Amino acid sequence: MNLMDPVQVFRMEAAELFVVIEEGLLDLLGDLSNQAQIDAVFRGLHTLKGSGAMFGFEALAAFTHHCETAFDRVRKGEVPATAELVAAVLEAQDHMKALVDTPNGDHEATGNGLLAKLQAAVGAKAAQGCVVAAPLPAAVASISTTAAPAATRWRLRFRLPVNAMANGTNPLGLLDELAELGDCTIKAETSAIPSLDAIEPDDLHIGWTVELTTTQPQPRAAIEDVFIFVMDDMEMVLEEVSSAPTPAVAPTSVALPLAEAAPSEPARAVNTAPAIADAKQTKPAAENVRVPAERLDELMDRVGELVIAQSRLSQLAGVSADIQLRSVSEDVERLSGELRDTMMVLRMVPVGSLFGRFRRLVHDLARETGKEIELVTEGETTEVDKTVIERLADPLVHLVRNSIDHGLEMPEERLASGKARAGRVTLSARQAGGEVIITIRDDGRGIDRERVRAKAEASGLIQPGQMLLDQELLQLILQPGFSTAAQITSLSGRGVGMDVVKKTVEALRGVIDMHSTPGEGSEISLRIPLTLAIIDGLLVRVGTGSYVIPLSAVEECLELSAEEDLRSRGRSFISLRDHLVPFLRLRELFRTGTPPDRYQKMVVISTGNERVGLVVDQIIGDHQTVIKAMSKLHHDVVTFSGATILGDGNVALILDVTHLVTVGQQQEAQLRAAG
Amino acid sequence: MSAHILTVDDSASIRMTTRIALTGAGYQVTEAVDGVDGLAKAKGGRFDMIVTDLNMPNMNGLAMIQALRASPAHTGIPIIFLTTESDAEMKAQAKAAGATGWITKPFDPEQLVKITRKVLGK
Repeated sequence: MNLMDPVQVFRMEAAELFVVIEEGLLDLLGDLSNQAQIDAVFRGLHTLKGSGAMFGFEALAAFTHHCETAFDRVRKGEVPATAELVAAVLEAQDHMKALVDTPNGDHEATGNGLLAKLQAAVGAKAAQGCVVAAPLPAAVASISTTAAPAATRWRLRFRLPVNAMANGTNPLGLLDELAELGDCTIKAETSAIPSLDAIEPDDLHIGWTVELTTTQPQPRAAIEDVFIFVMDDMEMVLEEVSSAPTPAVAPTSVALPLAEAAPSEPARAVNTAPAIADAKQTKPAAENVRVPAERLDELMDRVGELVIAQSRLSQLAGVSADIQLRSVSEDVERLSGELRDTMMVLRMVPVGSLFGRFRRLVHDLARETGKEIELVTEGETTEVDKTVIERLADPLVHLVRNSIDHGLEMPEERLASGKARAGRVTLSARQAGGEVIITIRDDGRGIDRERVRAKAEASGLIQPGQMLLDQELLQLILQPGFSTAAQITSLSGRGVGMDVVKKTVEALRGVIDMHSTPGEGSEISLRIPLTLAIIDGLLVRVGTGSYVIPLSAVEECLELSAEEDLRSRGRSFISLRDHLVPFLRLRELFRTGTPPDRYQKMVVISTGNERVGLVVDQIIGDHQTVIKAMSKLHHDVVTFSGATILGDGNVALILDVTHLVTVGQQQEAQLRAAG
Repeated sequence: MSAHILTVDDSASIRMTTRIALTGAGYQVTEAVDGVDGLAKAKGGRFDMIVTDLNMPNMNGLAMIQALRASPAHTGIPIIFLTTESDAEMKAQAKAAGATGWITKPFDPEQLVKITRKVLGK
């Protein structure tokens, strides 16, 4: 992307403006009298029009102008904001997007249709022909004399407003400009200067008389042009002094209205209540730098390499007696840690940017299905890695569609079962440990387990009558090709099924939890690791191999003496502060041949509420872990989520905490079943 | 020393266009993204001229011009505002608030440079 191309910047900006406009419109649907949103929408349309015209999007500018005009009237209280108007502008917005994307496309018919709706919504007068991007009034020049530029003489007497200098006009600059037009003699008129004690240094009390001989083809226009900004407020007498000294021919013009200032300009009906700053506005504008996402990724890679190089340095320094080397190594370690953290924050964006898109979706779906839907979002400020957000967008759209299409009932049905008319869909995000949990909850009819079973049996996913745990049954929905919609609607059941959701979430090293209560609703949670690139890890040794446990999952480390180990043998449970915690001997899991260390260590890890102990030979210490994905050959490996390179060049595998906790909990379940 | 100009606009594309035009003409340019930012930068630095949009979030151009003119240190500094053909009322208000001149959008970069030369002289 070329950052120096204003058209490209305009396109990005337009995309942001569409978001602002859309949010404003949707808010207005909830509260039509919301003046702040009316202003915001107007401002968005206004900027879109202005910038569009600047960068050659004339069709966009012309079309947007009508919407802007409509909102301007609303803003001024001339017409009320109505649901029809807001809906019309929402619809028009899609057209504007098309005009930004393909400015040369054939959009006229669509545009006219939309304008007709808009007109209907504000009353016929709203969109009467206004031409935007009108050619600048330079054309004025072509009207009058095109005769040979003979020299003409002019006499000009003028007096600027007293506050002209305070307002930034430099009278000497104006005189210089006049001098550029031709030979001139300038005489100051000083009679109006007050006495010294009454004088204000910024006030202007001098008038001038200028005699000018010019060969300009349009002398009057050229002279007036010098005073273009002060014309309306100044006293000026401009007359042509013909060589024959008869002043009768020369017309006198006082405070000529500029050609440019259209006659419609109100006769200085200066608003005595000047528009007050939008002081109520909340957030101060942050200064932003746009950086292409690939550069962030590149930087991330570099930081990753740096972290690896740094751990090599630390390792070398660790075995060196050179105190200076050690001290430098410690500094580098601290700095690279900080660099990594800063880098992480750069990549984090609030999840609210993702949730924002759903308001429109829900609005559209409500219209299509005839259901009444209330969308509630929680935890918008939760920050997640940018890549995660991007990849989650489509799965979430699918889940929300599903909730609305399959979950929520029609208003009558809801009333009949004692629920509120409007169904509620809640999108929430929160951070827990090293994970972000995104939940889609609805208060609809819940997942019909019988239908799920029937469908799964029919499609051969399970054997008829096969015993399944409730979770397992629900998880069937995530299988490829599964759809319970009795009738495929336009919303869901389009082939991109829940299996795509599952794949995407798993690719992000996340898991999907499902809960559903018949008649009360369903809840689907996506648990995704916060970041994808570098984590803090706990480096441990099992036998001769090194392994990394994500530090965010580590609760505590204990010593497991040989005696205790012996005592617990066969049970694989340890009593930890009155709680029985299952543990896994990694030596056994990894089939390590070497004899165990005398003192085994146990690392207790958890995912939320569930805990599992991992027995290792040695705890080496914390380690900044640059995650490298496993190759395709190892895609079916479940115990490890990735690998990393250690300072000495060796490879350490990263343990998949979620999987190990599940395995441990199964042990517990078996024990309970047995006991 | 080349003249230092503060441009205030919430539209990144307009800011970029003005910056390219003005730096191309040899001026030094500082950018601000809205009235609040513009006011803070104007008060924190020395500028020879300010070019501002009127319609902006947080603090509009009009309020910024009023606030600047109310501060003795900023009387006399030329302030040019950007406006549209259809905004006669805003234009009148901005002039009354103490703006020096205006540019009508859409403008072409040469026009901006021409007006800057006119206002700054030389």
